[in-house]
Amino acid sequence: MYKIVKKQDLAPNITRFSVEAPEVARSRKPGQFVVIRAEETSERVPLTIVDSDPEKGTIDLIIQKAGFSTTRLVSFEVGDGFLDVLGPLGRPTDMEKYGTVVCVGGGVGTAVLYPIVKGLKEAGNEVITINGARNKELLILEEELGAVSDELIITTDDGSYGVKGFGSTVLQGLIDDKKNIDLVVAIGPTMMMKAVAEVTRPYKIHTIASLNAIMIDGTGMCGGCRVTVGDEVKFACVDGPEFDAHLVDFDEQIAKHHYYDKEQKCQMDLMIDKAEEERA
Amino acid sequence: MAEEKRTRPPRKKPERIPRQEMPVRLPEVRNKDFNEVALGFTPELALIEAKRCLQCPKHPCVDGCPVSVDIPGFIHLVSEGDFIGAAQKIKETNLLPSVCGRVCPQEEQCEQVCVVAKIDKPVAIGRLERFVADYEREQGAVELPKVAPSTGKKVAVVGSGPAGITVSYELLQAGHKVTIFEALHELGGVLVYGIPEFRLPKAIVAAEIETIKKLGAEIKLNMLIGKTRTIDALLDEDGFDAVFIGTGAGLPMFLNLPGENLNGISSANEFLTRVNLMKAYREEYTTPIKVGKKVAVIGAGNVAMDAARAAKRVGGDDVEVSIIYRRARDQMPARAEELHHAEEEGIIFNLLTNPIRFIGSENNAVTATECIKMELGEPDDSGRRRPIPIEGSEHTVETDTVIVALGTTPRKFISETTPDLKTSKWGTFLVDEETGKTSKKGVFAGGDIVTGSATVIKAMGAGRVAAIAINEYLAGL
Repeated sequence: MYKIVKKQDLAPNITRFSVEAPEVARSRKPGQFVVIRAEETSERVPLTIVDSDPEKGTIDLIIQKAGFSTTRLVSFEVGDGFLDVLGPLGRPTDMEKYGTVVCVGGGVGTAVLYPIVKGLKEAGNEVITINGARNKELLILEEELGAVSDELIITTDDGSYGVKGFGSTVLQGLIDDKKNIDLVVAIGPTMMMKAVAEVTRPYKIHTIASLNAIMIDGTGMCGGCRVTVGDEVKFACVDGPEFDAHLVDFDEQIAKHHYYDKEQKCQMDLMIDKAEEERA
Repeated sequence: MAEEKRTRPPRKKPERIPRQEMPVRLPEVRNKDFNEVALGFTPELALIEAKRCLQCPKHPCVDGCPVSVDIPGFIHLVSEGDFIGAAQKIKETNLLPSVCGRVCPQEEQCEQVCVVAKIDKPVAIGRLERFVADYEREQGAVELPKVAPSTGKKVAVVGSGPAGITVSYELLQAGHKVTIFEALHELGGVLVYGIPEFRLPKAIVAAEIETIKKLGAEIKLNMLIGKTRTIDALLDEDGFDAVFIGTGAGLPMFLNLPGENLNGISSANEFLTRVNLMKAYREEYTTPIKVGKKVAVIGAGNVAMDAARAAKRVGGDDVEVSIIYRRARDQMPARAEELHHAEEEGIIFNLLTNPIRFIGSENNAVTATECIKMELGEPDDSGRRRPIPIEGSEHTVETDTVIVALGTTPRKFISETTPDLKTSKWGTFLVDEETGKTSKKGVFAGGDIVTGSATVIKAMGAGRVAAIAINEYLAGL
């Protein structure tokens, strides 16, 4: 049992957990993830590690309620425990000194971005972070990202806070202003990462995306997380989760994300029915 | 009187007892649920079958067994009705008889060399093994083996499949402290994620593993060695005197054909893990699983049969499940019994057929498999006649679910983080076959990580070999 020691609501449907997982806490590096099985009947869910405290032996995870399994995970409270936490998985981000790096985060992808921004800054890079959300209410980690970035630009789709528009548009603006950019890191909804890749492609700016693929074991056994990268097929769990965004087939990833939509909805409906029965 | 001719009655040839058939559930009943297909011998059948053993002094069967079970010895005890004694006899060299009795390819091992097989069908050694092990467990008569006094030595066993279980069992008995590191959330490796419930009930695997826990093994789940902790850290920081690596061959191979990443196409590993480990076929478990109306399983080994039969059960009556295989019937690598059971359950064999690409819909879901017919040519390196495409025979087969069962290769977590461990170009570990010793001091390996994907019993055999060598190594420390 991996005990939850802290729980904090960051935004509607977005929750931050600190979980006791000492082995993971002491070996994880930015960019890596864990696979969690909440309870006996649960599926295994991959979640990126936002931060860790090796001394306390805890890791932090940010979970957005999206489908059945994430809704169940978010219902856990301090003192409860997740049945299984496996990690750290995936390859860590290459923390080199690139020069100027623009990190673009969208929605809950910002949670994945945070440790990478922090690491890149520590590696001596000038880091410009674009933190995007649908609206002000859904924006997360503003303060944390501000503390580890040289510049922080906020965008909201509806203009309720910061610049109105998308991260990719702001990035285009930076390029148009002749900002010399050595690396772009994009993490968020697949559509957003695809848009960022298209912005940087004509300028040949090296761009990395962190994929959020469907997987079961997270250790290379199932191959459910296959991704086409250029001419090759890679496994997001062992070869990734970060890949060259100019080579990733994002449309294939979007289609894969919808493969189990119907089953997820069934599970959700069952859960709602059950909750209503219990209330009645 | 002297004239009276004494006529001897003609010597009657003793009636040969035929090999006893094991009761099996009806195909049209069993292919709708995940309960076990074969029901096992009754005590009566076991007694009859045991009488077929000649108790021959040469006992080639023992040499045919990768873990050298005293086969005539245990069968003799069966014939005397001492079923529990027989089970204990097997357990002198094999911790998992109820597993091996079910999944071992006896027809290529002990039963192939059985002397009775020269004149009749061989003694049903596997069925007898299964029977006595089940009998012992069902009677609650399983006894813990004797354990030597503690040696104070610590061994890390990485991976809890058949090789790791065997090594742990032997080392615990020898008095060492054993810690098992398993990456998944359950012990058993391929026995829990790979082989389906209808062929190997998980309660049986759990009962066998329970013995190791009772012998005092420390269990660490969710530990992926190479990621969570390295081999060097186990040896240098965590105080282990030796390490055994039995991490298997977990990485599924794909065909590398156009369209293989379409939705609806998965590896057999993924499909079977959803079914077996994650129990997706049970309503209360939330891992999703999808089977359409036209399922194609690519490959013809035991895993392909497991996947096809599981797909039939998940998909229901109106799902059509086909095996697509480029060679002919005689060359299918699955066990004869598995092929037979699959056919009985309505699995279609589409032989001498090779997929060449997968065709998808607008939303990226597979809708058809384009195949080409094959014919057999000259024998290739494996001695099997090489399949050659027949020009102009391309055709499409309607398909909405594809399961690729081509085999697996080792994963690289340990080799990538342990540079002084030598591996082959296939990623398997190079070891001394007689001892399981790797190129790194104090590190031993066995099972699929050394051989590439093979069988449960071969992994157990390698585990036994390594255990002897580890005992010697620890004694010299």
